Amino acid sequence: MSSPEKLLSISKVSLAFGGVKALTDVNFHVNKGEIFSIIGPNGAGKTSMLNCISGRYQPNQGSITFKGKEMLGMKPNERSDLGLGRTFQNLALFGHMSVLDNIMVGRHHLLKNNFATGPLYWFSGAQKEELEHRRAVEDIIDFLEISHIRKSQAGTLSYGLRKRVELARAVALKPDLILLDEPMAGMNQEEKEDMARYILDLNEEWGMTVIMIEHDMGVVMGISNRVMVLDFGRKIAEGLPDEIMANEHVKKAYLGEEDELLMEETA
Amino acid sequence: MIALSMRPCGDFRTTYKADTQIFETSTIRGVTIASIIALCFAPLVLDAYYLTLFIQISYLAIAALGLNILVGFTGQISLGHGAFFGFGAFASAWFTNTFAVPVWISIPLAGCFTMAVGMLFGLPAARIKGLYLAIATLAAQFIIEDFFARAEWFSGGAYGAAAESVSLFGHTFDSDESFFYVALFSLVFMYIWGSNLMRSRDGRAFVAVRDHYLSAEIMGINLTWYRLLSFGVSSFYAGIGGALYGHYLGFVSAEGFTLMMSVQFLAMIIIGGLGSVQGALLGTIFIVLLPEVLEGLVGMIAGSGLVEQGSLMESLSYFKEMAIGLVIILFLIFEPDGLAHRWKQIKAYWKYYPFAY
Ligand SMILES: Nc1ncnc2c1ncn2[C@@H]1O[C@H](COP(=O)(O)OP(=O)(O)O)[C@@H](O)[C@H]1O
Ligand SMILES: [Mg+2]
Repeated sequence: MSSPEKLLSISKVSLAFGGVKALTDVNFHVNKGEIFSIIGPNGAGKTSMLNCISGRYQPNQGSITFKGKEMLGMKPNERSDLGLGRTFQNLALFGHMSVLDNIMVGRHHLLKNNFATGPLYWFSGAQKEELEHRRAVEDIIDFLEISHIRKSQAGTLSYGLRKRVELARAVALKPDLILLDEPMAGMNQEEKEDMARYILDLNEEWGMTVIMIEHDMGVVMGISNRVMVLDFGRKIAEGLPDEIMANEHVKKAYLGEEDELLMEETA
Repeated sequence: MIALSMRPCGDFRTTYKADTQIFETSTIRGVTIASIIALCFAPLVLDAYYLTLFIQISYLAIAALGLNILVGFTGQISLGHGAFFGFGAFASAWFTNTFAVPVWISIPLAGCFTMAVGMLFGLPAARIKGLYLAIATLAAQFIIEDFFARAEWFSGGAYGAAAESVSLFGHTFDSDESFFYVALFSLVFMYIWGSNLMRSRDGRAFVAVRDHYLSAEIMGINLTWYRLLSFGVSSFYAGIGGALYGHYLGFVSAEGFTLMMSVQFLAMIIIGGLGSVQGALLGTIFIVLLPEVLEGLVGMIAGSGLVEQGSLMESLSYFKEMAIGLVIILFLIFEPDGLAHRWKQIKAYWKYYPFAY
């Protein structure tokens, strides 16, 4: 077996907000084709990590290379061209746009028409280009089973549907690496199962590498290739799902095992 | 779940092309095209008063659409739109007077020139928002007004600048009847231009920046560029509108392009509907016609003999000024989403008629 190709490498990344150390010396890498999960208690720095990768935050030190390119100092909007897409923990759709337009915005960096050629719609090729991308967007809409709401205003949809539209918009970017921040938070079991299936399909059929933050351990252990655990901004474990489940540090920090042990002792 | 689309039942789109039309139904498109054709015959039947009103609506509505792209679609603010309108008027006159550029070229040229100036004064938008941006554009308004007063080479100073009439293929559009066609063509052209912009890449980017700038940035949208570009496109429209105004009147002087005018443009898009292409037109029609209608009312009351001539007549015209303000305030309270929104509801009502809720 040839050694896996590294798509993303994070080395010695630290990030502080004033006195609050959100991340301290975090190292990890993600291989091409993986589903890589980040878990950890609230406030552990998981979202901050994604924000560093997507460019929303600039780490105070360390390096982030994607496809061998250093991404530090690169603006967030330049990273979509490199093949990076993401969804947000708190919904971040364009509330007044239709679902369709929301997803079309995902094609922004792939489209070429602009403020001068767009208005000359029929004569500049803008129409042809828009329709081509519209077709690609419809494929995504079919895949995520949201065709019934494609004309609805995004801001009026239910929570679960909005999460799905956000995923569709990120997929529309045609990313090689997609970052999903709690894609199943607030969903019921059925919606979670759907979402897990979409993520697996994206990984296997659409060829996307996935980094996912998720609290539902069942899902995390079920679909991840590897898992990393953050606690108070530090990486405390990384490995195969089974290894993580068995790790003592993780049990203490995250799985609440400590309390149970304590209770057993006192009982 | 509120569906955005207002299509009647049974109107299924079978191609994506049919689904991305400017007009929502073929009926609306038919009615719009028929109205435009009907308007072509207007100079044959209507008298100059109505033609003047139409021309006035045209050049103001073009500028108002520009402001709506900036304020309604991109979510920024400008208190300097009147100055950009004036800049377009002077620039076009200057091109024709100084470089003998034909008017039909100098109008779009003035648009581009005003666009550049707009982007220059829009630079603060890369950094600041809201009230701070409002103040920065207010400064732009005063700086440009001052420029008009001082730059005699450009604006003719206190004397103002003469602006040639539009002429094309040896025909000069110097009467109300003939300029009507220039106005109609420009209005239709610029509104199609705007509608196409808003359904293509950069138009969507504007709305994305307005709705959620952080995720817009993740989608590959360069925030600084689109905030600036929005000022550019907005000023482009102001410049075209202003240039048309200048070549219609035949003369440009600086007095009109004040803060008052900028505020009036804002009133037009708020009344018409922020973030709506047809809203900009509806709002302009409203603001232009309101004083005329009130004037007519005052005339009727005076003519009826109920009111003595003389001093009371004067208070009536006072009343007119106040009524304009009152109507605008009432509008903001009872119709905050603007005329375009009301129009949508009327359409929805007829669509479901007789099963209205
Ligand atoms: N923009 C910010 N300003 C200040 N503190 C922040 C900011 N973003 C995150 N933090 C802090 O960093 C820590 C990690 O937060 P976060 O990454 O959101 O955690 P998680 O996603 O794991 O729940 C928290 O203590 C949080 O308060
Ligand atoms: Mg988080």
